[in-house]
Amino acid sequence: MAWAVLQPILATLIFSIFFGRLARIPSDGVPYPVFVYVAMVPWQYFTNALTESSNSLVASQNLIKKVYFPRLVIPMGSVLAGLVDFCFAFIVLIGMMFYYGIHPSPAIFLFPVFLLLAVCTALAVGLWMSALNVQYRDVKYTITFLTQFWMFATPVVYPAGLVPAKWRMLYGLNPMVGVVNGFRYSLLGKAASPGPMIWVSAAAVAVLLLGGLLYFRKMESTFADIV
Amino acid sequence: MSSIAIRAEGLGKRYRLGTSASYKTLREFLPSIVTGAVRRVRSAGSTDPEANTFWALRDISFDVNHGDVIGVIGWNGAGKSTLLKIFSRITWPTEGRAVIHGRVGSLLEVGTGFHPELTGRENIFLNGAIMGMRRTEITSKFDEIVAFAELDKFIDTPVKHYSSGMYVRLAFAIAAHLEPEILIVDEVLAVGDLAFQQKCLGKMSEVSRGGRTILFVSHNMAVVEKLCQRTIVLHHGRIAYQGKTADAVHHYLNSTLAPNKPDGHVFDLGNSANRRSPVGKLLNRIELYTDDDLPVVEGIRIGMGLKVKIFFDLPNPTRSVDMGLAFDSMIGQRIFTAHSLFEPERPVGEWIGPQVFVCDIPNFTLTPGTYNMRVWLDINHAEADLINQAARVIVIESDYYGTGKAPWNGAVVLKHHWYVQSSKTTNRPQELQPEVL
Repeated sequence: MAWAVLQPILATLIFSIFFGRLARIPSDGVPYPVFVYVAMVPWQYFTNALTESSNSLVASQNLIKKVYFPRLVIPMGSVLAGLVDFCFAFIVLIGMMFYYGIHPSPAIFLFPVFLLLAVCTALAVGLWMSALNVQYRDVKYTITFLTQFWMFATPVVYPAGLVPAKWRMLYGLNPMVGVVNGFRYSLLGKAASPGPMIWVSAAAVAVLLLGGLLYFRKMESTFADIV
Repeated sequence: MSSIAIRAEGLGKRYRLGTSASYKTLREFLPSIVTGAVRRVRSAGSTDPEANTFWALRDISFDVNHGDVIGVIGWNGAGKSTLLKIFSRITWPTEGRAVIHGRVGSLLEVGTGFHPELTGRENIFLNGAIMGMRRTEITSKFDEIVAFAELDKFIDTPVKHYSSGMYVRLAFAIAAHLEPEILIVDEVLAVGDLAFQQKCLGKMSEVSRGGRTILFVSHNMAVVEKLCQRTIVLHHGRIAYQGKTADAVHHYLNSTLAPNKPDGHVFDLGNSANRRSPVGKLLNRIELYTDDDLPVVEGIRIGMGLKVKIFFDLPNPTRSVDMGLAFDSMIGQRIFTAHSLFEPERPVGEWIGPQVFVCDIPNFTLTPGTYNMRVWLDINHAEADLINQAARVIVIESDYYGTGKAPWNGAVVLKHHWYVQSSKTTNRPQELQPEVL
């Protein structure tokens, strides 16, 4: 539990010093620590869910080889279990918002939508990775790189507004762009509405999730033989 | 609902052998998309899907009715476990169809699906949930399971610290008590002490009497005979025999299905040590058969007939030829001696050249174990050729008394009967059920 809170806090501390203080990256008019932390909460959830679920099938081979049950439960379990950590990190966020005197706007009612988007994104990528990891055991090594690169393709340490307008739509194809923008928009009250970019992200998640489900179903029959 | 619980229609399962058995890596796979595409264009249609694969199961078809108890026997590698895995829905058949009507509880090899980090208690609930039971249902069975597995003290210990015996006891207790409609059991009774095995057998017959279907794999013939009405013999992934259990067991033990030693019933005496040959090396070969002339490859069941064929040569015309055959236990105790002098209808004549004497023992009622045979040839009432430990016969546990309790103690097995003779009651003498004893 302590790690669930410490991880995003420490990351926020480091980013605040290097990107906020030294590089003076703009932060949509909110204090940089809150700006980063509000993105860190879904981002940490996403990476943890990804790491956990990608290894989940291999880790449960004991069960997979001995009893039948829908295999989908395993990566789903990892993704949903991450929500517990998410809650603890979220409590800290509420504390920070109080400290910096940030009041959410009515947009907060949209927050559950963005949370759902985050869960779906984690599940979609988790399904792909878990099924791939059964067949190709080096997938888990790519997760570290993947999440590192992915973080910079996501407006965690910088505002999405820095991206040139003509690239916005392409940028939105990364579903985490929609998630992070949505979190800032619904919680901090000051950031601009993510606009049509959110629809691009939602569509990307839908495609990714559907593809993940189909791929998982296709591979399901071979798990017990190759895991 | 139909009365069929399990149906197999032309089931087959193919596995790959060799190189691709180790894990593939993405690093190798990504470039291979390109090279593979090139190769496919170059050598279109020349790849053979059968190369480097083998069929663990092929052409398996059978029906099991609700409430039937079916045994599956076969040598190692015959495909028994693969078959059970298909019916447990753990692995998919490559061809054919497996149809199951009912809730399946399976117990495959050592330890069902346990999560090693969870405690025994948590695993009971996990397995119940996997079988589709409600929490209250599991709770109501919980104490019974723990008591059956004899694990009261350890139920809150993670199962990774369990011994293999504890593992199996818990696994069996869960599978048997969580009331699946179809119980699939693979070779679990090998672990655990005699008392626990007896308890499991009792529970299984109780479960089967409750009208539930059991598919049971075992190498313990006595148990299979006791429990199963019908038995399937698998050999190299195909059904070698299916039918009444006694016939199936007989077929299994005495056919040349045995792996790597199709002539296990033949003992060549050419290079025998332990030999005294005052006249010469006349004894050639011993072959063992059952009473219906199947070769004894693995062993015989208690009380079955045994035919010992002794092949030898007579270089000179001989009128007085006698053969002795003795069975010694592994610790060298003489159990039984057969001699042609004991044969009332001995043929008379003058013999020369290759000969075969057959010693036919209609009921070989020794207790399970391995017996060495000493064989000797007397010519003109004098020892001509003698070989110690010339051949071996293995007697296999079986349900000789028809009670499911295989005799194991003592040297011989004799038909006997128990009854109560009581002059003080008005009842007529009552027969005791053997199980009471």
